[in-house]
Amino acid sequence: MPSRSNSDTAQQIPIDAGPRANFTESIRIKLRVPARLRNLELLLLLLAFVIDAGAVALVQFGALGGIHTSIFYLLAALGILILVLHFVLRVVATNADPLILPIITVLNGLGIAMIYRLDLARGVDKMQGDGERQIIWTALAIVLALLVIVVIRNHRVLQRYRYVAMFSGIVLLLLPMIPHLGHTINGARLWIRIFDFTFQPGELGKIALAIFFAGYLVTARDSLSMVGTKVLGMTLPRARDLGPILVVFAASMAVLIFQKDLGTSLLYFGLFLVMIYVATGRASWIVLGLGMFAVGALVANQLLSYVNGRITGWLDAFSPEYYDKEGGSFQLVQGLFGLAHGGIIGTGLGSGRPDLTPLASSDYIISALGEELGLVGLFAILALYLLFVSRGFRIGFAGQDDFGRLLAVGLSFVIALQVFIVIGGVTRVIPLTGLTTPFLAAGGSSLVANWIIAALLLRLSDSVRSQPRAVIE
Amino acid sequence: MNKELRRISTVVLLMFVALFVSTSIIQVFSSDTLKADSRNTRTRIDSYSAERGPILVDGKVIAESTPSDDIYKFQRVYSQPKLYAPVTGYFTQNQLNPGIEGALNDYLSGTANAQFLDNLTSIVTGQDPKGAAVELTLDPAVQKAAYDALGSNRGAVVAIEPKTGKILAMVSKPSFDPNTLAVHDNASFFSTYDKLTADPNTPLINRAIAGDLYAPGSVFKVLMASAAIDSGKFTKDSAFPNPAQLPLAESTSTISNSTGATCGPGKTATIATALRLSCNTIFAQVGTGLGESTIADYAQRFGFGEKLEIPLAVTPSVYPSGLDAPQLQLTSFGQGSDRVTPLQIAMLSSTVANDGVLMKPNLVESITTPDLKPIQSFNPEVWKTPISESTAATMTALMVDDVANGAASNARISGVEVAGKTGTAENGEGEPYTLWFTGFAPANDPKVAVAVVVENGGGQGQDSFGNAIAAPIGKSVIEAVLNK
Repeated sequence: MPSRSNSDTAQQIPIDAGPRANFTESIRIKLRVPARLRNLELLLLLLAFVIDAGAVALVQFGALGGIHTSIFYLLAALGILILVLHFVLRVVATNADPLILPIITVLNGLGIAMIYRLDLARGVDKMQGDGERQIIWTALAIVLALLVIVVIRNHRVLQRYRYVAMFSGIVLLLLPMIPHLGHTINGARLWIRIFDFTFQPGELGKIALAIFFAGYLVTARDSLSMVGTKVLGMTLPRARDLGPILVVFAASMAVLIFQKDLGTSLLYFGLFLVMIYVATGRASWIVLGLGMFAVGALVANQLLSYVNGRITGWLDAFSPEYYDKEGGSFQLVQGLFGLAHGGIIGTGLGSGRPDLTPLASSDYIISALGEELGLVGLFAILALYLLFVSRGFRIGFAGQDDFGRLLAVGLSFVIALQVFIVIGGVTRVIPLTGLTTPFLAAGGSSLVANWIIAALLLRLSDSVRSQPRAVIE
Repeated sequence: MNKELRRISTVVLLMFVALFVSTSIIQVFSSDTLKADSRNTRTRIDSYSAERGPILVDGKVIAESTPSDDIYKFQRVYSQPKLYAPVTGYFTQNQLNPGIEGALNDYLSGTANAQFLDNLTSIVTGQDPKGAAVELTLDPAVQKAAYDALGSNRGAVVAIEPKTGKILAMVSKPSFDPNTLAVHDNASFFSTYDKLTADPNTPLINRAIAGDLYAPGSVFKVLMASAAIDSGKFTKDSAFPNPAQLPLAESTSTISNSTGATCGPGKTATIATALRLSCNTIFAQVGTGLGESTIADYAQRFGFGEKLEIPLAVTPSVYPSGLDAPQLQLTSFGQGSDRVTPLQIAMLSSTVANDGVLMKPNLVESITTPDLKPIQSFNPEVWKTPISESTAATMTALMVDDVANGAASNARISGVEVAGKTGTAENGEGEPYTLWFTGFAPANDPKVAVAVVVENGGGQGQDSFGNAIAAPIGKSVIEAVLNK
C-alpha cells in the first residue's frame, strides 16, 4: 500500500478490540486507513440522496403537479441519520465496503417515493399515510443498524451465541402461532400484535438462523462432510448429524402449514441448504434437502388448498375462472398489466396507475416501480440488488475466518433469494408467495431486518479489508 | 469453500438472469398482448386520458375531445351527431367502439406504431401525447342532401366518386346520437345502449355497409346485364322469347313482370329492352343462359363475397351457390337468396361509370398528427376490373336509356345525362317491398355514383316501387354533387 498524502487520517486503534485486547496492549499498530473508501461512500451517498429526492420530487410533479415541501423535511432527517451512520463507520468500521450503504439508501428511498406516491393516489393526507410510516420505520432501522455496528465490534463474538441464536430464531418463527399474540393479515398468520403495533418476527428470525447456521456449521462441518454411509454413490450423513436439518425442515414446514406462508418457508430452507453446501462442499445435502422440500411441497399442494390455489393461479393466471376467483390470479394479472403498461421506459413517476393493483405498496411494489420506471428502472433496481449480493459474496471469497465468510454468504444469499422469490412471483417465474421486496416494500419488520443484515455485512467487510493492511510500527 | 461459493454465485446469477428475462418478456415482448387484454383497465383509462384526435369532414370538426373534470380528463363530443353517427360511431368505455372511432382507434388515441416516435418526443418534452386527426372523404353538402332526402324513411344512401373510390355520402336511417353513448358512466351507457338495441328500427346498425343486408331486386340486373355482355355469351341485342308469364322451372309457379304484361311489344325482347323496362321474364332466361358459375364469377369480380374495409368493415354481399334451376332464375333478377349492401350496389354503378374499373371505396381522406404532419393520406387505388371498357360503355348507354325512356324516369335531371336503374325487391308474401335506385351522372364524365335503399316500401307496403320513392332520393344526391 503506497503512502498517501492523507495519512493524517490514519488512526491508532488496538489490534484486537475483543475481550482479550489486554494481552496485546503494548504492541500498537498503525493502520493506513484508506479514507478514500469512506470518501467514495460519501460521494455515492450524496448521489443516492439526489436520486431519492429526485424520485420524490418527480412523484409530486406527476401526481400533484408541483412541489410540496413537507415530506422533504422528513427525508432530510433520514439523510442526516444516514450521514451519522456514515461518520460512525469512519470511526468504527473504517474499511467497511463503500457500496453497501449507498445501494440500500437508493433502494430504500425509491421504496419511500413509491409508497408515498401510492398514498397520493389514494388521496391519503400527509402524516397519515404509509409513506410517513415507512420513513419512521426507516429511521428506526438505521438507528438499530448503527447500534449493531457500534456494539458488535468483532463479529466472531456472534459465533459463541449460535445456540442462543437458534433458539431465538425458532421462537421468533413460532411467535405468531401463540394465541392472542399472533395476528393474521391477508390470510397469513405471520404477525404478532401488541396493542396496535404489528410486527413480523420471522424477518428477524432469518438473521438469527443465519448466525446459528454459520456457527453450527463451522464447528460441525468435519463430521458432516467426512462421516456417513455411501448410498447410490452419495455419502449420506449420520442420523445425529441430520438432527439440525430435520429441526429446520420441521420449522419451515410448520411455518408453511400453520402460518400459510410458502415464501418464508422456502426462504429458510434455501438459506440452510446453501450454507450447509458451502460449509461441507457436499452436493448430497442439496439433493437431500431439495428432495425433502419437493415432497413437502407436493404434499402441501395436495392437502393445502391455498398452496394449490397459488400454483394453479400461477400456471393458469389468465383463465377467467382463476382470475375471478376469490384469492385467485386477479392481483397477479393486474401486476402484469401494470408492468406492460410501463413498457421499456415507463410512464414516469406519478404518471402511471400502479394503484390499480391491490397491495401495490407491499407485495407488488416491484410491479408499481416497473410501471412507472419501466424496464430500464427495473433493470437498474435488479442490478443494485445483484451488486449488493456480490459485495456480500466478496466477503465470502476474501474473508479471513470461516464463520465470517459463511455468515456473509448466508446473509447475502437470503437477500438474493428473497428478491428472486418476490420478483419471480410477480413476474410469473415461480408461483406467487407473500414476501416483501428487501428495502423497497412497505413494512417495518422487513426494513429493520434488512438494515441489520446490511450492518452485519458492513461489519464483516471491515474485517476483510483491515487485516492485510495492518502494519506493525 | 471457494469452489462451492463459486457455484452458489452462479446459481444467484442465474436467478437474476431469470428475473431480467421475465421482466423483459412482460414489459417488451408480450406487452402488446397484455395491453390488448379486455380486463386491462389501464389501457382503457389511457385511451380516455390521452387527448383523442378529432374526426373532420371538409376541415370541420364533427367529433372531438374536450376537457372534462373526471379521471378520464376528456369527453368525446359529436357535433351534428345524427348526420354522421353511422360513420363516426361512438367512443365508449367498455364496449367495442363501432365506426371510425373503433376502426382507427390506434391513430385517434395516438397509439399507432406510426406515432411511436412522436409519443417518445412528447414524453421527453413533457407534453401529453395526443392522437392523430382523421379527415373523412365525406362531402358535407352531399351527406346533408342524402340525409334530408331520405326523410323519415328507414334506409340508406351511399355516394361514391367513381374515379377515386372516395365515399362522398354514407347515410343510414334511423340514426342515433353518439353523445348519449360516449359517456363515462357505465350505468348510463348501458341504459341508452339497451334501449337502442331493443329498438325494432335498429338505429345502431349502419345499413349502408352492414346489418341483415337486402334483397337487391332489379338493381341486380345491372350486374346480370354486365355479365351477359362482358362474358361474350350475349350482346345487348340478344333476343329472348317474350311471354307475359314465364313458367318457373320445375314448378307450377310463373315469373311475371311488374306490369303483369310482356316485356314491350313483340314476340321476343332484347337484353337492352329488358333492362330499360326491368323485365323479370327476360332476365330469368338470361340467367339460365349464363349459368350459375358465370354469374358467380362476375358477382365476385364486382366484390360479392370479398372482405372489404373502408376502413369500416363491410359485410360481404352474397350471391348464393349450389342453385337449382328455379333458384337460378329467381336470383337472376335479384330475388331468391341474393343479399347485398347498398355500398355493393353503389359499386356496381361506380364500375360502369368508371370504364369498368372498380376503385377501392374509402372513407378516409388523410390522417395527420397534432402538429399537422401527414401520417397517411389517401391515394386512389384500383380494387378490381370487373368488366371491359366497351361493356361499361354499352351498360352506360343502357342505363341512360333507362332514365331517359324507361323505368327510372324519376331520376331525370334537365340538362344532365343520368344513368340509372331502379329496383323493387319482394320480401315474401304480404311483406313491404324494399325500394332501390342506383345510378351515376353525368354519363359522359361521371362525378358520382349512388345507391339508395328504402325499407318498408317507403311506408306504402306493396303499393310503391323504386322509381317512385328511391329514384327521387338518388336524384337529390346527384344534384347535390353536380351543383357544387
